[in-house]
Amino acid sequence: MSTENEEKYEKYYVPEQSPWPIVGAIGLFLLAFGGANFIQNSTGKYAPAATDGFSFQVMFSEWGWFVFALGLAIMIYMMWSWWKDTIQESMGGLYSAQMDRSFRQGMLWFISSEVMFFVAFFGALFYTRVLVMPWLAGEGNNAMTHALLYPDFMSHWPMTMLPTDKFEGAREAMGAAGLPAINTAILLTSSWTLTIAHHALKDGNRSALLNYTAITALLGIIFLGLQVWEYIHAYNALGLTLGSGIYGSTFFMLTGFHGLHVTIGTIYLIVLTVRIASGHFTAENHFAYEAGAWYWHFVDVVWLFLFIFVYVL
Amino acid sequence: MADHHPTGLKRWLFTTNHKDIGSMYLWFSFVMFIIGGAMAMVIRAELYQPGLQFVDPNFFNSMTTMHGLIMVFGAVMPSMVGLANWLIPMQIGAPDMALPRMNNWSFWILPFAFTLLLSSLFMDGGAPNFGWTFYAPLSTTYGPPSTDFFILGVHMMGISSIMGAINVIVTVFNMRAPGMTLMKMPLFVWTWVITAFLLIMVMPVLAGAVTMMLTDRHFGTSFFDAAGGGDPVLFQHIFWFFGHPEVYIMILPAFGVASEIIPAFARKKLFGYSSMVYATASIALLSFVVWAHHMFTVGMPVAGELFFMIATMLIAVPTGVKVFNWVATMWQGSMTFETPMLFAIAFVILFTIGGFSGVMLAMAPVDFQYHDTYFVVAHFHYVLFPGAIFGTTAAVYYWLPKWTGKMYNEKLGKLHFWLSMIFVNLTFFPMHFSGLAGMPRRIPDYNMMFADFNQLASIGAFGLGLTQILFLAILIKTIWGKAEKSSDKPWDGATGLEWEQLPCPAPYHTFDTPPKVS
Ligand SMILES: [Cu+2]
Repeated sequence: MSTENEEKYEKYYVPEQSPWPIVGAIGLFLLAFGGANFIQNSTGKYAPAATDGFSFQVMFSEWGWFVFALGLAIMIYMMWSWWKDTIQESMGGLYSAQMDRSFRQGMLWFISSEVMFFVAFFGALFYTRVLVMPWLAGEGNNAMTHALLYPDFMSHWPMTMLPTDKFEGAREAMGAAGLPAINTAILLTSSWTLTIAHHALKDGNRSALLNYTAITALLGIIFLGLQVWEYIHAYNALGLTLGSGIYGSTFFMLTGFHGLHVTIGTIYLIVLTVRIASGHFTAENHFAYEAGAWYWHFVDVVWLFLFIFVYVL
Repeated sequence: MADHHPTGLKRWLFTTNHKDIGSMYLWFSFVMFIIGGAMAMVIRAELYQPGLQFVDPNFFNSMTTMHGLIMVFGAVMPSMVGLANWLIPMQIGAPDMALPRMNNWSFWILPFAFTLLLSSLFMDGGAPNFGWTFYAPLSTTYGPPSTDFFILGVHMMGISSIMGAINVIVTVFNMRAPGMTLMKMPLFVWTWVITAFLLIMVMPVLAGAVTMMLTDRHFGTSFFDAAGGGDPVLFQHIFWFFGHPEVYIMILPAFGVASEIIPAFARKKLFGYSSMVYATASIALLSFVVWAHHMFTVGMPVAGELFFMIATMLIAVPTGVKVFNWVATMWQGSMTFETPMLFAIAFVILFTIGGFSGVMLAMAPVDFQYHDTYFVVAHFHYVLFPGAIFGTTAAVYYWLPKWTGKMYNEKLGKLHFWLSMIFVNLTFFPMHFSGLAGMPRRIPDYNMMFADFNQLASIGAFGLGLTQILFLAILIKTIWGKAEKSSDKPWDGATGLEWEQLPCPAPYHTFDTPPKVS
């Protein structure tokens, strides 16, 4: 390795102890346990049936929302405290260049895992569109299945006429022009403003850094607002819902998880803006900023794929 | 000073020390091994004779499901992460894992995740009963209420695994002592870094699969329902895209362990070090394009069957390279047969049997006969028990002196080995025959003609289960009871930084300043 000599004398910071991981584990448990109860209770499917006597299961089911909210609160408290610790350590000069590389590599692998999460949903989209749909329409060795089970079904995408009437198809599909195209432009612009901000950080131009980071966050908020609008339009005007067969499923799960990531990214950018305003980050030391930028670009790239494969094609 | 460590409960709850976390992982996996093993005992007791004896069929299905889930996600995977935590920093000369707090989080998520999963045993409708592969629609439309808890439990396990994997991969790429070049790393480190890569690539896909299950169950999506244009077979594709690399996640670190232990007791350098590295990498890459060999009978187009058959059989090539290298390492070595070596040799032989039955299963036309029979059960238990678990066991015996500074009782260790060796074969070998004769898996009752093989397997399983209690006793005796002190280098053929530069037991903090690597 090229940097071995400088590294030899640099001490790698290993924190002695930290309460936050176990707090996070408890928070995650409450989120999961409360979440499962909450979901069962609110959809009514698979929920425990009320009995005359006392039942733990019914009680948990009814209080699921509370356990879930408690878990969420604990998670937020944990993240706040944990990151406060690391920010203080970083600004206190405890971190070496090697530490910085650990964080960077960690972030890149984390983003890789996020990519693979989206790959699962894109895979579902491609598989159903390219293979399942023609099979349901009788292609390959499926002529009899088609004739017996789904005689009226024909291949078409976006799939609005479903194989059976167990699910109700959308009245109309979501077009690519209009809101989705505007949102694409917004995200592309945000990537550009973020890059300007990143360069400003490296050049030591604090005001440009602050302004362009804030603009990027703002673009994120506008994107989310438009997406909410788009969803309302889909539900009300188009009859396109999560339950509209595989088209609705893939449409809302892909754009929904993307939207969740935009939300996280936007919160991240807001935090960065606040931190810049309070004088954090230098031209040399700004891992958190760069990680946020990577994350935002990742969310951006996912959107481009979404735009092409969910809206345009 | 180096041995100063916090005390009491806080030491374990708040720890950032890779050795503490490694120990917790290993003990956790042992507890899960016992729980999952107890479920196997229920299964084997029920199958001792034809007819329904002890449990009702639904509970039997819950047992096979929970046994699989607990052994895969609770016993085997955490045991490997435990070994990684203990060994990787010492083997590459790092002061700790790269991200020590996240390391603690990765561990502590697990007890909670398994509390969630195990709590399903006490729920109305029983625990998940659809097999550890949780195929739709068994797990979606027909899954019991506890399925939702299972889904979120799997999410937690996934988060834990991904963070653990990120930690390993960053540690290896960024924390090596100066001079520890990639091609000087011990093979255990190599196999683990490749495992970590697989984990990061496939655990999120599993998360996607269970998420789709959850929305199919509750929110009206139709990913796995043909009525809405989806496909239950889609579930199998997504699951096995995760599932096949998953089997390498469980076995690759064991490959690494064997590649450390066999040279030590053959007192020879590992034969073909670089070919071992490349073979491991090839196995990992090929593992992404073979998944549908689990689905030959699902009605895939013939072109698909052919592709997945040939790709699968290709994996036999790098695997063969590895087996050849282990054998060649022993060739003309001055071998001794201490417990770790016995387990390692048994690993090579029995894993190879599991590999061969894997090649048989890879052939699409004959798989039509074996599919979902006990032959499959025999196959994957051969790669998991005498494969992954013998690998971990060998590692525990081999590094126990390094971890504790004490030597296990060699006589008892050998007894543990021979009993395990006999019973593991008695349990799983007859399953080949009952499977070839057509006995289906995951069924609590069976035809009279399978009775003898099942009785043998059950007797073997009870013996194998009891033998692992002996293992626990040996561990307790070594760690807390009266045991011989170990010298700093109890194995004269052992190599690597942890044996050459550190005493036994290794101090609480090691390599605060990077060691010199020759
Ligand atoms: Cu496989």
